[in-house]
Formats: sequence, C-alpha cells, structure tokens
Amino acid sequence: MMIESQDKEMLSFAKMVLREDIPESLLPEKKLHEQTNCVVEIDSHALNFGPQHPSAHGVLRLVLELEGEIVARAVPHIGLLHRGTEKLIEHKTYQKALPYFDRLDYVSPMCQEHVFALATEKLLGVEIPERAKWLRVLFSEITRILNHILNLTAMALDCGAATPALWGYEEREKLMEFYEAASGARLHANYFRPGGVARDIPSDLEEKISLWTRDFPKWIDALEGLLTENRIWKQRTVGIGVFTAEQALAWGFSGPCLRASGVPWDLRRNQPYDNYHKVEFEVPVARHGDCYDRYLIRIAEMRESVKIIEQCLDQMQPGAVKVQDPKFSPPRRADMKQSMEALIHHFKLFSEGYHVPHGATYTAVESPKGELAVYLVSDGTNRPYRCKIRPTGFAHLQAIDELSRRGMLADMVAIIGSLDLVFGEVDR
Amino acid sequence: MADLCLNSRRAESEGYLASLAFTFLTEQPYVSYGALEKGELVVRTMSQYLLPFLEILKNDPKYRFEQLMDICGVDYPQRADRFDVVYNLLSVSYNRRIRVIVTTDEVIPVPSVHKLWPCATWWERECYDLFGVLFSGQPDLRRILTDNGFEGHPLRKDFPLTGYEEVRYDMGHRRVVKEPVSLTQDFRDFDFVSPWESVLTLPGDEKAREVL
Repeated sequence: MMIESQDKEMLSFAKMVLREDIPESLLPEKKLHEQTNCVVEIDSHALNFGPQHPSAHGVLRLVLELEGEIVARAVPHIGLLHRGTEKLIEHKTYQKALPYFDRLDYVSPMCQEHVFALATEKLLGVEIPERAKWLRVLFSEITRILNHILNLTAMALDCGAATPALWGYEEREKLMEFYEAASGARLHANYFRPGGVARDIPSDLEEKISLWTRDFPKWIDALEGLLTENRIWKQRTVGIGVFTAEQALAWGFSGPCLRASGVPWDLRRNQPYDNYHKVEFEVPVARHGDCYDRYLIRIAEMRESVKIIEQCLDQMQPGAVKVQDPKFSPPRRADMKQSMEALIHHFKLFSEGYHVPHGATYTAVESPKGELAVYLVSDGTNRPYRCKIRPTGFAHLQAIDELSRRGMLADMVAIIGSLDLVFGEVDR
Repeated sequence: MADLCLNSRRAESEGYLASLAFTFLTEQPYVSYGALEKGELVVRTMSQYLLPFLEILKNDPKYRFEQLMDICGVDYPQRADRFDVVYNLLSVSYNRRIRVIVTTDEVIPVPSVHKLWPCATWWERECYDLFGVLFSGQPDLRRILTDNGFEGHPLRKDFPLTGYEEVRYDMGHRRVVKEPVSLTQDFRDFDFVSPWESVLTLPGDEKAREVL
C-alpha cells in the first residue's frame, strides 16, 4: 500500500518534470502498462542553435523549427559580427584599406588581400613583376591548405572525431611559420599589396617550403586514413545535405561546394589571374553534392595545392617583388636616409596614398571557400568610392534551409561544417 | 608562351564581349547603355525593364547567365536617382560575366529577382539594409546585417562613419544600453585635395599671363 502511493507520487512528479516520452527503462511497471496504447504526439518547436554553439563556427544564430528531431525549417540570423568594413574602407586610402581584408575571412587571409590587390591594380593599370606573381600564387595555395585543414578537421570535430583537429593544428602551425617568415605576422599578414607583395621572402624559406611539400602528402594520407573510409564519418556525411548542380547554380554556390555538385568550375582555371595559367593542376569535381563529396573535394584540392606550390618553387626566379614605381610602392628604408626624393615619396604614400583613376571593376579570385570578389568603384581620389565585398559564405549560408530540409537535427552540424563558413567574411 | 596564349584568348573573349555589348544596345529595347569597361561587359537598363531583360540573360541559350553572383548598391547623393543597383551575373557555360546596372532613388522600388535566382533574397535584403533601396515583390525585405532596432542606412554617403548611437553594457542596469555617440575629439576626415593643384593662378600673380 505504502509503496503504491509512493509510486503514484513519483509518477505525478515524473509527469511534471519530465515529459511523457521518458525511456521505457525508467518508467515504473504500471506506467509502462498504461502506455502501451497511448498515442505519441510529436510537437513542433523552435530551437536556438548558436550564437554560442561551438559547431556554429563563429557567431551563427540558427533558429531551427523542429518536428521531433526533423528539421522543418532553418532560419539563419547573421550580422552579429558586422563591423562595417565596407564603410570603413570608403574612409581609408587604398593602402590602409588592405588590412581590413585579412580580417574578413581570418582563416584564409592572403586570398582576401589578393582580390583587393588585383582589383586596385586593374584600376591603376599596373602590371606587377614576375616574382611577385609567383609569390602570390605560392602563398595563395599555402593559404588554401591552411583553410582546408581547419575546415576539414573542425568539421570532423563537430561530427565527433577529435584526432584530426589535433593533428591539423600541428600542420597549420608549420604553415603559419611560413606566413610569419614572409610577412612578420602569423594571421593578419598584410602581405599582398597593390603593386606586388610587401617584401621578398627570406632566402631559406623556399628550401623550407620545399621540404614541407615532401612531408605534407603523407599527412593528407594519414588524415584520409582517419576519415575517408571511416564508418562513422560516412554515416554522418554520405547523402547528407545533397544539392544538385541546378540548385547549386541557382543559389550562387562557388568553389568546392559547387564542384562537389558536379559543376567543373574553378576561377584559377577558367579565368586565370597572376600566374595560375602557368601551373598545371587538376580541378577535382564530384557528383553527388553531399557533405562527403565536399570533404573529398577539399582533400583532393589540398593535394593539387601541394603540386602548385612545388611548381611555383621550381619556376620562381630572383627579381623585383613590387612595381618599380615610387608612386605606388614605398622606397627602401636605406634609401630614405640618403635621398630626399625617397623621403618625400614615402611621406606622400603613407599620408595621401595614390590616386586611382575613375572606373569600376568586379574582380574575383578563387579563394579556398569559393568565389571571393570585390566590386571596386573609384572616383579618381585616393580613397575607394565604394568597395563591395562579395563574400562566399553569405551565398552558401543562405541555402542552408534548402540544404537541411527534412534532415535530422544532428545533420545540421555536418552541413554547417561542410559549407566552410567563417563569420568574419559573412557579416563583414 | 603561356602568356601569349592567355593574351590571345583574352583578346578574343574581349572582342566577343564588345560585340555582345553592341548586340544588346541595338537589339534589346531595354538597354540604354552597353560598353566594355576595363574588359568587363557593363549594361545599363531602366528598372521597369529589369525583370524581362534579366530573364532573357538567364534563360536565352545564347547568353545563359546561370549565376547571380552579387547585387550591390552604390550611392551618388548628388544625383536625382541617387542609387545604382548593380547585378553581377556569371555564365558558367560560356565563361562570361556581365554587369547590369539600374538606377533608383529612396522611394521607387526595383523589381525583385528572387524568382529568377533564389539567392537574390539575401543580397536584396543587404542592399535594403545598407542603402535603403526598396525591392518590390520581395516577401522578406528585412534588415540583415545591422543590429536589431538600428535606424538609418549606414552605407549612404550622408551617414557618418561614427554612426549616431553607441552601445555598451551598463553594470548598474545590468543590460545593454544605447546612447548617442560622444566623441572626445572631433572626427577628422582629410580629403587630400591639394590647395595648390586647383589654384592655377597664385595670388599676386594675376598679371603673369596677361598679353599686352
């Protein structure tokens, strides 16, 4: 008797605190018996994913409308990292605008600088020296590997594999050292400038990079050993977030996400800039357009990047690394001690900067995430009249509702990971 | 050798683009301007003709601009129609880009293209948020990048760089408070227009070029 009343109390308590769907093993026997013929109702509710969720890759707030565990609708809320970059650039000279690009997509800084440098050069009509072009290609590819390592390993971490992330950071550290040797900074390099690159690389760096290219493919093999045929990894990614080629084109996809859907499109190949037409590489294309294919594409791209880096090192010749025009590139420090002219040039460059002739250009590069472009309008003064940055992740994130429709809640993290989002770039 | 190849290919494609600009100008009644600017095809049209024109660009097998890469605004406050709305399209099948520009002001809406390219929604929202350009037929015209309750359109040229309001966390009230911006030092904006380059005659030097 005693026990029964206790049971009743417990039951009502359980009803109050937990919901009807407590696992069977936890239910008292009586309750289990009652439940045999009750109808289970799945209520739909909204869930806030982020902005502090670790696998939101930054400050993504995603409102998920769930039906049980199935995602009925995913509504991204962005702008939490909006810093007004475009407005700030309008108030800076072209040189001072450049470092803002590092801070857009802070995982692949040099590729962001690249697009602004190319756009400014197009408006100025300057041709940069050969060595500068090779250095840019070299560091763009190093950046691509930097980006893909972080993306793939973070995606694996979201899906429950911790080891790739630990291995990846070690490898990224080596690449950051190359960054540091060339530019003096590990992340926000400010290395590619309109008119070339900031300075030549130290004499032993080529040797170091070349040594690294010999080891790195082994690391990719090791990473693939952890993931590619991994049963759990495939369960989490194969057939998840499928996008057809038509959908990918309509939603403005670019880069690995577009190629995973079966569109052979790579700006390095189709609209080559700098020295990309002088290197040989393959453009990996996949067919299914799911998260697993996006992973495979990035793995294959890293291997191609290594090839490009090797070719850069082979073909690079000593020479000037910036335009030999004191109106665009700063004089050597040693010259400024001797030459009045050099001192004046230096002062004018770093106070007033250069005036860019009237015009507008839409210049795009293949950044690791996809097409990154800048729509630069100049009114003939020393500051950009308008600098619209076309972020890659913005277009990708917009499609997340379509990508995740009727998928499971747990697939959401795999999809976000596979889109390679960085919010510095999405929110600008 | 590779350089030569690339240059000839570039010249070929530029020649084709120029002929395309000419075709648009002569055959399409919607197009008011078409030219090659720095190797890029630029076409201007009126906002009432925008939808049919973009539909041709997207669906006509001659053009096939499948991808809308970007929509952005540019503000020219001295003009009557102060905004340019710029559509950057990409044809993956023909490896070509085109820039379509329409002008508008604060009240006349531009037709939304989200039915042609679903990705247009966010670009239009961004353009509305930053410039205040209206898009007719866009069901989801909300702010996207700026804060909740933000007023004004920050990328307009008459919007100050510092903004009007600043936000901080108030320990006393235990919440985020908004206050008007207070600057301890005036915001300094140098225009770098040289006083010497615009003055052609120095004071006291008026008679130097007089011919007797």
